[in-house]
Amino acid sequence: MALELSEAQDLLKSAKKGDRRSLSRLMTYIESGNIPNLERTQCWTLGITGPPGVGKSTLIGQMISHWLAMGHRVAVLALDPTSPVSGGSFLADRVRMDQADMREDVFVRSIASGSNTGGIPNYLGEMCFALSECGWTRILIETIGTGQSDVRIFGYAQRVLLLDGPDRGDIIQAEKAGILELADIIAVNKSDLPGSESAVQGLKLSLGLSENEKREVHLVSALEGNGIADLISTIESCEVDDSRRMIRMRETLISNWDSLLLNHSQIDLYLEKLCSGSITVNDAINSMIKEIISGGK
Amino acid sequence: MRIVIAKPGLDGHDRGAKVVARALRDGGHDVIYTGLRKTPDEIVRIVNDEDAEILGLSTLSGAHDSLIPKICQKLKISDLSNVVVFAGGIIPDRDRADLHNLGVRAVFGPGTPTSDILHFLEEVKSRKNNGQEVGIGQDPGWHWN
Repeated sequence: MALELSEAQDLLKSAKKGDRRSLSRLMTYIESGNIPNLERTQCWTLGITGPPGVGKSTLIGQMISHWLAMGHRVAVLALDPTSPVSGGSFLADRVRMDQADMREDVFVRSIASGSNTGGIPNYLGEMCFALSECGWTRILIETIGTGQSDVRIFGYAQRVLLLDGPDRGDIIQAEKAGILELADIIAVNKSDLPGSESAVQGLKLSLGLSENEKREVHLVSALEGNGIADLISTIESCEVDDSRRMIRMRETLISNWDSLLLNHSQIDLYLEKLCSGSITVNDAINSMIKEIISGGK
Repeated sequence: MRIVIAKPGLDGHDRGAKVVARALRDGGHDVIYTGLRKTPDEIVRIVNDEDAEILGLSTLSGAHDSLIPKICQKLKISDLSNVVVFAGGIIPDRDRADLHNLGVRAVFGPGTPTSDILHFLEEVKSRKNNGQEVGIGQDPGWHWN
């Protein structure tokens, strides 16, 4: 979308007054790689991450109702994967969120992950600031279905909820390093199904091996609504963990760096040369970095 | 392009909508699927919030002549006149002219190869790039089929 910056500032102005059309267009402006002038002050963000099919979208649908009852305006940025083959995507998270299509105080935007590493586009931060400035007081980021090492969300959300489900294998799975160590809040979904209680026990046993572990493991049913109120109160009382600033900033930095590389205008040429063996990976990196620094990317 | 595939009304059959959504995804488009039983207001809301360029409406129940005009009208009054609308499902030939007059740019029936829909979208894109009117609130002169 070829919008001038001044037009974008007009969009921001009317979005702040509550115009949804402008808000939506502003999101597209940011998604297209543009950066509006934002205040970038405080913004309340929660990342929701976990394996595919664990119930992230359905849980968000439930949580939205609780926050609405508390008087919040809730925005959701819902990520789904982009096909590495066709470049297309099928975005269907909002199907699971009942309130998404009716209420004035709910805004759901589906986002294709694109070619971005870690499944999170680096413009997500700008989107959150823009939403916050437009009066959205609870901003949720739903990641694509993730694995143990997918921690990029920490670069974009102040607090992160890890959602797991029943039948995730034995306790050893919970011993492994990764997302479980970093998540601020942990929940097991599908309490309506067998195996969810034992998943909670497994996670508790694992967490109990560490000293100073204060995190509890919530058991919820996004389908039936059980346990959601307790989960919300834990999320609300969760303080932003400043000791993890370096980890967060590291993820933000990598995300932006990757984006520079992936948006390099000659990237296909470099890939072809790498495939034909005419340059090495190191050659490619060195010359791409030089081009990025000289601004001639 | 960003495309919303919607199921308006009480019709609960979405096999066709899902086949089309998949074909468009494989054609390199970003496809947002609404799920079943959406009201015209909800569909317009989704098109707005997702900032979609294209809206595909799938209906098999015979309610197309009541629901599609409502959706088109609501798009026009919601500052979404640029959105390109196409329809698919069970829509008798005799109803097509009315839909075209509303500004619906294509109607795809049973047996349509999914490549036809991709070709339609390519044509839409090139017409948009040439500044020609293809939106729901614009001159309804051109339609694909």
